[in-house]
Amino acid sequence: MSSLLEEMSAKALKLNIPLSVQLDLTYRCNERCVHCYLDHDDHGEMTTAEIKHLLDEMADAGVFILTFSGGEIFLRKDFFELLEHARRLMFCVKLKTNAVLIRARDASRLRDLGVESLQVSIYSHRPEVHDAITLIPGSLKRSLDAIYFLKSQGLKVIIANVLMTQNMQDYPGVRALAEELGVECTLDPTVTPMMDGNRSTVALGVDPGVLRQVFRDASLVGDAEEFCAIPAKAAESEMESTPCSAGHTACYVSPYGEVFPCVQFPLPTGNVRRQRFIDIWRHSDQMKEVRSIRLKDLTTCPSCTHVSNCTRCPGLAFMEGNMRGPSTQDCEKSFARTGVPSANMLPKKRVGAGLVQIRALPSLARLSA
Amino acid sequence: MSNLYLAPNPRVAARSLDGIMMIMYGRESTLFTLNKTATILWQSADGATPLDQIVENRICSRFDVAPAEALQDAEILARELASREILQVSEEPILRRSPVAGESR
Repeated sequence: MSSLLEEMSAKALKLNIPLSVQLDLTYRCNERCVHCYLDHDDHGEMTTAEIKHLLDEMADAGVFILTFSGGEIFLRKDFFELLEHARRLMFCVKLKTNAVLIRARDASRLRDLGVESLQVSIYSHRPEVHDAITLIPGSLKRSLDAIYFLKSQGLKVIIANVLMTQNMQDYPGVRALAEELGVECTLDPTVTPMMDGNRSTVALGVDPGVLRQVFRDASLVGDAEEFCAIPAKAAESEMESTPCSAGHTACYVSPYGEVFPCVQFPLPTGNVRRQRFIDIWRHSDQMKEVRSIRLKDLTTCPSCTHVSNCTRCPGLAFMEGNMRGPSTQDCEKSFARTGVPSANMLPKKRVGAGLVQIRALPSLARLSA
Repeated sequence: MSNLYLAPNPRVAARSLDGIMMIMYGRESTLFTLNKTATILWQSADGATPLDQIVENRICSRFDVAPAEALQDAEILARELASREILQVSEEPILRRSPVAGESR
């Protein structure tokens, strides 16, 4: 993040302004990625008019960075109408897409509309691996054709590569491909549970041994020794800091109008079909609760070696049952990085039966008095 | 009298945060913030109002500055913003293209 953006984020945090919103336009998708956390059926998406109204409300609330995501955004027939409306409101618009539906004329239109960047999911440089993850034959070729169209229009493209068991050998190939195409590339080793809490997708994530190797790859992390060093003890001021931007300067809106602190944090806070966006942002009890949490308030993490530089995701912790608890996937990442188990991974102290204090039940007579 | 007309570059993104205008120029993902005077120019840049009117009505009325000096400074500023591709500057009125100038909030 640029220092100016950091400065603006700090100002937004102080003023309680949602600087950045991800809006999923649809959960429908033309790919069927094996690790996807979404249910792709349409359960009643917001209409064109509803989304335009929401965009008006978000502009009034001060939202600047608007990410259109899905599902596959280009499946919405009104996509360009919504994009035009968003740009008329001067949002900084980022798109997340598999790009399969983007043709040359679409790329030209996206450029004219001033889209800031497009993030395109590419799982491998090899069609047999990428297409086996999307379950759509020919999908890699179509996505790469689209990247070529987008690049030829001068648009900024970022390849997003999720690391899984199926493609763990291929990230150097994807990075080489990105370099050849002249685009950025990000690598994400986190496979998230499904939004309904089903954790079967998590099993597709790479094992700790692979993570260890990835975290020691200097081409990814720079100085591997520094990256994998055991962190210094957290300063007291750090313990007063907030865990991440979710609910503080950022939030997520589903295609059905539900507002959550983040796409990875499925805590319902309100619905823009029934309430104004700004009222949910400012007054929802759930948003306030998320905002109230400081590092020192977490259940296990304050005593952990990794607390000062852990990537702990409060949303993943929430999906494990406690938004103040640890996120096991991030504990595993900290362990893979440094070789030091997190506090959450240490054996739990067992309470002996003799230490349990049993109180006498109050008598029925006292309860009814 | 200045014949200059100003309009936002339709490819930039903009939002006012606590009175400071944030501008993101997509091609290089460069973020700028504008000072008060530049923010006034930006908000007044409708492609139809000449710069001297903007200076007279929006700047001289707020700041204790001589009109000729203010106009000279505003022209330098407008050209600098144009060189950074934030503003369009023309000696003819600029037709509004989507995204519509003046709708930044």
